[in-house]
Amino acid sequence: MTKPLIFELGSPGRTAAGLPEPDVPVTKPEELLPFGMRRERQAELPEVSEVDLVRHYTRLSSLNYGVDTGFYPLGSCTMKYNPKVNEAAASLPGFTGLHPYQPEELSQGALKLMYRLERYLGEIAGMDRFTLQPAAGAHGELTGLLIIRAYHVQNGETQRNKVLVPDSAHGTNPATAAMCGYETVQVKSNSRGGVDLDDLWRLAGADTAAIMLTNPNTLGIFDENIKQITDIVHEAGGLAYCDGANTNAIMGKVRPGDMGFDVVHLNLHKTFATPHGGGGPGSGPVGVKDFLTPFLPRPLVECRVDEEAGKTYYLDHRGGQSIGRVKAFYGNFGVMVKAYAYIRMLGAAGLTEASEHAVLNANYLKEKLRETYVLPYDRTCMHEFVLSPLKSGERKVRTLDLAKRLMDYGYHPPTIYFPLIVEEALMIEPTETESKETLDGFAAALRQIAREALEQPETVTGAPHRTPVKRLDEVTAARKPVLRYQRQS
Amino acid sequence: MAGFVPHTDADRAAMLKAVGADRMDDLFRDVPGDMLLQQPLDLPAPLSEMELATHMRLLAAQNKPAAEEYSCFLGAGTYDHYVPSVVQHLVQRSEFYTAYTPYQPEISQGTLQAVFEFQSMICELTGMEAANASMYDGATATAEGAVMACRVTGKNKILVSAALHPEYRQVLNTYTAGLSVTVEEIPAPQGRTALETLERNLGPDVGCVVVQNPNFFGIIEDGPILGEVVNQSKALFLVCADPVSLGLLKPPGEYGADIVTGDAQAMGNSMFYGGPHVGFFAVTGRYVRKMPGRVVGRTTDGEGKRGFVLTLQAREQHIRREKATSNICSNQALCALAATIHLSYLGKNGLKKLAELCLAKARYAYQQLVRLDGVEPVFEGSFFKEFVIKPRLSPAKVNSYLLEHGIIGGLDLGRFYPELSGGMLFCVTETRSRQEIDCLVGRMGVCK
Ligand SMILES: Cc1ncc(COP(=O)(O)O)c(C=O)c1O
Repeated sequence: MTKPLIFELGSPGRTAAGLPEPDVPVTKPEELLPFGMRRERQAELPEVSEVDLVRHYTRLSSLNYGVDTGFYPLGSCTMKYNPKVNEAAASLPGFTGLHPYQPEELSQGALKLMYRLERYLGEIAGMDRFTLQPAAGAHGELTGLLIIRAYHVQNGETQRNKVLVPDSAHGTNPATAAMCGYETVQVKSNSRGGVDLDDLWRLAGADTAAIMLTNPNTLGIFDENIKQITDIVHEAGGLAYCDGANTNAIMGKVRPGDMGFDVVHLNLHKTFATPHGGGGPGSGPVGVKDFLTPFLPRPLVECRVDEEAGKTYYLDHRGGQSIGRVKAFYGNFGVMVKAYAYIRMLGAAGLTEASEHAVLNANYLKEKLRETYVLPYDRTCMHEFVLSPLKSGERKVRTLDLAKRLMDYGYHPPTIYFPLIVEEALMIEPTETESKETLDGFAAALRQIAREALEQPETVTGAPHRTPVKRLDEVTAARKPVLRYQRQS
Repeated sequence: MAGFVPHTDADRAAMLKAVGADRMDDLFRDVPGDMLLQQPLDLPAPLSEMELATHMRLLAAQNKPAAEEYSCFLGAGTYDHYVPSVVQHLVQRSEFYTAYTPYQPEISQGTLQAVFEFQSMICELTGMEAANASMYDGATATAEGAVMACRVTGKNKILVSAALHPEYRQVLNTYTAGLSVTVEEIPAPQGRTALETLERNLGPDVGCVVVQNPNFFGIIEDGPILGEVVNQSKALFLVCADPVSLGLLKPPGEYGADIVTGDAQAMGNSMFYGGPHVGFFAVTGRYVRKMPGRVVGRTTDGEGKRGFVLTLQAREQHIRREKATSNICSNQALCALAATIHLSYLGKNGLKKLAELCLAKARYAYQQLVRLDGVEPVFEGSFFKEFVIKPRLSPAKVNSYLLEHGIIGGLDLGRFYPELSGGMLFCVTETRSRQEIDCLVGRMGVCK
């Protein structure tokens, strides 16, 4: 069932490209290029016809599993349905064909869209200004922490060299802190899955630059002490950064800005229904409270109102205190178009309903599984929850096995082994776009697998059985890496 | 119900009952009461799909896209190359675009194999031994490469050519702000990196030398000489390259590059107002385990069948946390897929032919332009698809005149290089016809 590589198809001399003949006088490249800079050996690219090409990538696509294939309860990733109208909108030539340096008067639609999107995100997150430049969540984290750093430097507080990160945090949080030159200090979680206030109290101090927190957190729990947490950090002189990866639980209900956060990033490729593309492109806008606006990357989109001309949108490059650019041009505009369309279609009521149903679906699924699986934090969850399998005490079967077996039942497995504070974690995020029948079916499959684990464990430990390939040898892959194709000569 | 929520009233009632809640708000009981929003978000009223489609069409119509309604001679990091129909068609397969990062290889072989093919093609183009699965864009790829070089050499200075894209340099400065690394510019007074200054400044504290080739001015730098100079020091040599140019130009791996980065928007991706684009990142063999980002490797399954997995993950944030080589998680996978398909479409001979077309057309445009009275060449030397000229009138005046005649002219260089004010950077790709070029030349000729 595996497919040949594109390099293994076709035949020397074949090409799919129908390039035009030159309509200008041609000088031999050898005469135009410096001697030492000419390519002597052509790159070994595939030599295939257009039909070969289409069949190859169509077949490859059939080996993939997407939201359009089936249920994808991948915790922390918000794999909700991606509306097709947004795809259509984002492929309009009026958006795709814009050059970033073309005159602003020719880009008024794009600038208006960015201007409005910034304000919608501000309203949803309770923040004053947003930069749309970051290309993903982790990129937003980097932007946000550099803003916080610039703020402390401006205040002469260069001794603030530590970032507090809960032990339940996503790996990008400590990795980001390191990229900004900060030392990470881990904060313990309490028995209810929230931040341990005593530990935080002990750790926050004159060397604290910030706390990075996800709320709802990676256990799917809303930290009820959130105000105390942000207060403790503020009293110590630090700032509070919200990793907004889990915003799908709270739209229209509660806002990071009202929880005491100074900076937040949102993931348009999670919360705002833009597709994940098999690993990107995403978009990770960063919102700040007013006092941090001077530090945002530039340009920002502004609007000028003129009696005659009406509203004109423009890029404002000024900003002496800005941390500088984090990306060339203005961000992943194509992704912004889809998120903008999503917000316009849903409106305030629709976004709130989306969050409410995301939370309802997660709690419902949790109820359906509590008899069979260990629930390390047994309380109302938000948009996701974490199980620590299995209740039966069957130790031969691990979370990895359960995940692989779920594929045989036609589901994408949940996130596994994250967060790190839960042993054998199985992190389930159903999202609001799934029906009760789908959740019932998934719960039944997980219960069936639990029975299999007891009665015929080899079926589970040997899974998957019905996928294009079986379990792959990851150890050899890492030990003797083969990262590219090379033609045998 | 709006928002793609499929629940019927009966479903909702049954589900609330099952979780022991009377109403939705009960589920938000952990949120402190005084924090809960008391009124709806202040957002525009919802639109039906039909209304939304119209709204988006009208918004798009307020743009005048360079690629559609004008003859576009802008480049500078975003290029108007032709995107073949087959690319768009294939990346719109939703098995590709609605998938997440391929964490579960058994049901992600499509994405994984395509990434492996992408990595292979990037290695072929750049002459390097390994490439990663992609970066956000050329600017961040370059910044991460320079930071990586300092990390592996244990040195703390980066020398960057002033002829590297100005926005890339800005990103590099941002990325190094919190690190004990300094960035120093090597001027490019004749439109190319000043070799003597580079040699003089290449002290023992330098961990990386960053050069773009062809550089921001379109000029082909003398790679072999630069490589020789840098390779004599302890610094790593990072070359930022345009993949299209590599159809004709010597791969940086053959002139001493340790790291090659760049942006592959030109391959199969629309300009999209500057994003999403796709960065690439390639290294020589010895730095494979120092690279940032996702990497796909080949392996076999339990039955001996070939398959692909995310590998060398011990470098990455989800395993290594604060010790990771980078914080990058999501990248630009779908844009990398478009590049892979476009490169397969062109193939070995097609890429060369495409590069030849760009070279010939840019050359033709340049010759016709500098022949005009009042248009001066600015730099000497070979260029690829971009070049700098200086008209008698200011670039702003020239561009507004051209615009009236359906032409988007070159980039006003004064914006980034005050010392070059009056200069304009033009780009000519295969999408500009001779007629369009002649038209540009004609208009420039009367615009005095
Ligand atoms: C909690 C959390 N933070 C950060 C990230 C990183 O986001 P991105 O992949 O967009 O960089 C993720 C993504 O999985 C996440 O779940």
